Amino acid sequence: MPLPPDVSPANFDRAIAAFQEAVGPEWVFTSDEDVALYRDAYSPMWGEPEERVASAAVAPADVGQVQAVVRIANETGLPIYPISTGKNLGYGGSAPALSGSAVLDLKRMDRVLDIDEANASVLVEPGASYFDLYRAIRDAGAKLWIDCPDPGWGSPLGNALDRGGGYTRAAFRNHFDAHCGMEVVLPNGELLRTGMGAMPEAETWQQYKAGFGPWIDGMFSQSNFGIVTKMGFWMMPEPEACLIGRIYADEYDDLHALVRILTRLENSGVVNGMPGFGSPLLQRRVPADPQNSDPNDATQIDQALHDAFYAGDDTAKALIAERVKSTGRSCWSALVKFYGPERMVRLQWEIAREQFSEIEGVRFGDPEFYGFPLSDADLEKVHKPTFGIPSLSVFNFGIRTDLRPEPAVGHQAFSPVIPRTGKAIFEANALFARIFREEGLPVPPFNLPGCVWERTLMLICIFPTTHDAETNQKYRKALRRLIIESATRGWGEYRTPVAYYDTVMETYSFGDHALRRFHETVKDALDPNGIVSPGRYGIWPRRNRGGER
Amino acid sequence: MRRRSALALAAAIAVAFCGTLYAAQPNPAGDLENGRKVYEYWCATCHGRGPENPGTQSLEVKYRGEVPAALEDRTDLAPPVTVYFVRHGFALMPPFRKTEISDAELRDLAAYLARNQK
Repeated sequence: MPLPPDVSPANFDRAIAAFQEAVGPEWVFTSDEDVALYRDAYSPMWGEPEERVASAAVAPADVGQVQAVVRIANETGLPIYPISTGKNLGYGGSAPALSGSAVLDLKRMDRVLDIDEANASVLVEPGASYFDLYRAIRDAGAKLWIDCPDPGWGSPLGNALDRGGGYTRAAFRNHFDAHCGMEVVLPNGELLRTGMGAMPEAETWQQYKAGFGPWIDGMFSQSNFGIVTKMGFWMMPEPEACLIGRIYADEYDDLHALVRILTRLENSGVVNGMPGFGSPLLQRRVPADPQNSDPNDATQIDQALHDAFYAGDDTAKALIAERVKSTGRSCWSALVKFYGPERMVRLQWEIAREQFSEIEGVRFGDPEFYGFPLSDADLEKVHKPTFGIPSLSVFNFGIRTDLRPEPAVGHQAFSPVIPRTGKAIFEANALFARIFREEGLPVPPFNLPGCVWERTLMLICIFPTTHDAETNQKYRKALRRLIIESATRGWGEYRTPVAYYDTVMETYSFGDHALRRFHETVKDALDPNGIVSPGRYGIWPRRNRGGER
Repeated sequence: MRRRSALALAAAIAVAFCGTLYAAQPNPAGDLENGRKVYEYWCATCHGRGPENPGTQSLEVKYRGEVPAALEDRTDLAPPVTVYFVRHGFALMPPFRKTEISDAELRDLAAYLARNQK
């Protein structure tokens, strides 16, 4: 296994021996066979010299051992790369950003430390998964919902730090925003608690986020400024009911009004669950539609129709209008969700219908109504994370099917943040289609967003990763172009696989890269030896800047 | 017939890779009850019985009823085959690290999935 260019074999050996003493020899992994388990299974650089691989792994059992490992890393100069459950697949998995780093595997620290039903909050360690938290909440008999990402085998702490998202109410589906208080091992080994956790006697660590003075929690998201060992989260009390409504519009240009009205309803608090957009005509469901969540039932793509959606000129609109008429399928659909007391969600749906009626010819589907707990029959067919239940069913996007005899190996995503307007949806799709064409890749289906975040939209283009270097290189080239050319329009990635960290950071260039220089200043102050996650999210310590990365 | 040959080949490769682990274990039979728990915790959410499990869906398409799609119903899973797939992964399933499934837990899991082996 490789070492970082400025770490000598002697210092590596010294670090390993000290790690073994700190955590026990059985929790330090150095054999090729064991270290290979830390490879990024979905790496878009699989088997190429650029693939990021670890030199070793060390798995502490508690915070004291994490601090010991950090001190050893400082003494020996061996960089460490913390992972929570290592399931950040598509964004690096359990592999480091700098080859030769030792992975700091926090999976053994998997306790759910507190469940406070009255405050609707929990406190967890990094190795606890969404499934662990779900089981712990059920065992405690607490009526709390988790906002889960897809799939749910990752870590609430890790997913929040990477700024992942989910599916329920806006206050919870932005996972980092839903946190309240953290404990951090700093790069010098010191232990810090944020918010009210900084006051030793406070009972409000999971009640008030900011504490006193600058609110620094954000500095530990997507960063390499510290190792988060505990994190509190606000949870959603189990609602009495959930109502899901569907809105249909027939004109191509109706998308503008659909987006505008839905956004107003969401910003007003009338729509409180994750909304989204689809196209019955294209047979494109709204992302994470609770009904029929199996993507493998999708029919073959009608390329002429998709091309018309991309083009959007008068000829294309005429074709679309003709197809709406001949198929009876609407051009667009929107989906809105409401969580709350039954009387309230029925009233919210009524208000939403009134407002969407501004669109001429708009139609509404019969609403779906759910009470809780869900019946076994419902559990078999619904998108579970919409109802706070972790699941792995999202993996059916790439499994073996009759149409896909060879299952997928992995994926990577291009997911830029774009303005929440119909205009941006059309323009971004047109740009993506052009780049795919120019790169000789099949143009994907017209992309419609789910509204994970409030106020903005995110289009998610999924690319496969393979074990064929030539294919991976082709996709990497296209993805880099998408990042760079989207940035010229102001559409930026919120998260990215390791391969593109520097490319994305380069696009956040206001003030001659003032943001990156600020990060580097903080990095050098907090981590002068550059031992915590060098390179993560494009932030490099002084020892690596300008040198080999 | 081709599918059976492929399975036999996978088993042979798995034996070659995993012989060391098994040779080192004091009780190659494993603890079936603990193996069941490991299965429920780590495997059943994808490979359990029922149409909502993607691993099971995928194996259903692969084997077309020739062998059961749910892993716990299989009668042909020799322990080294389980060890091989857990430590090497397959398709979208990544390998599992030893902090997730230890060698001892893997031995028990493999014994559980082999309990009906014919």
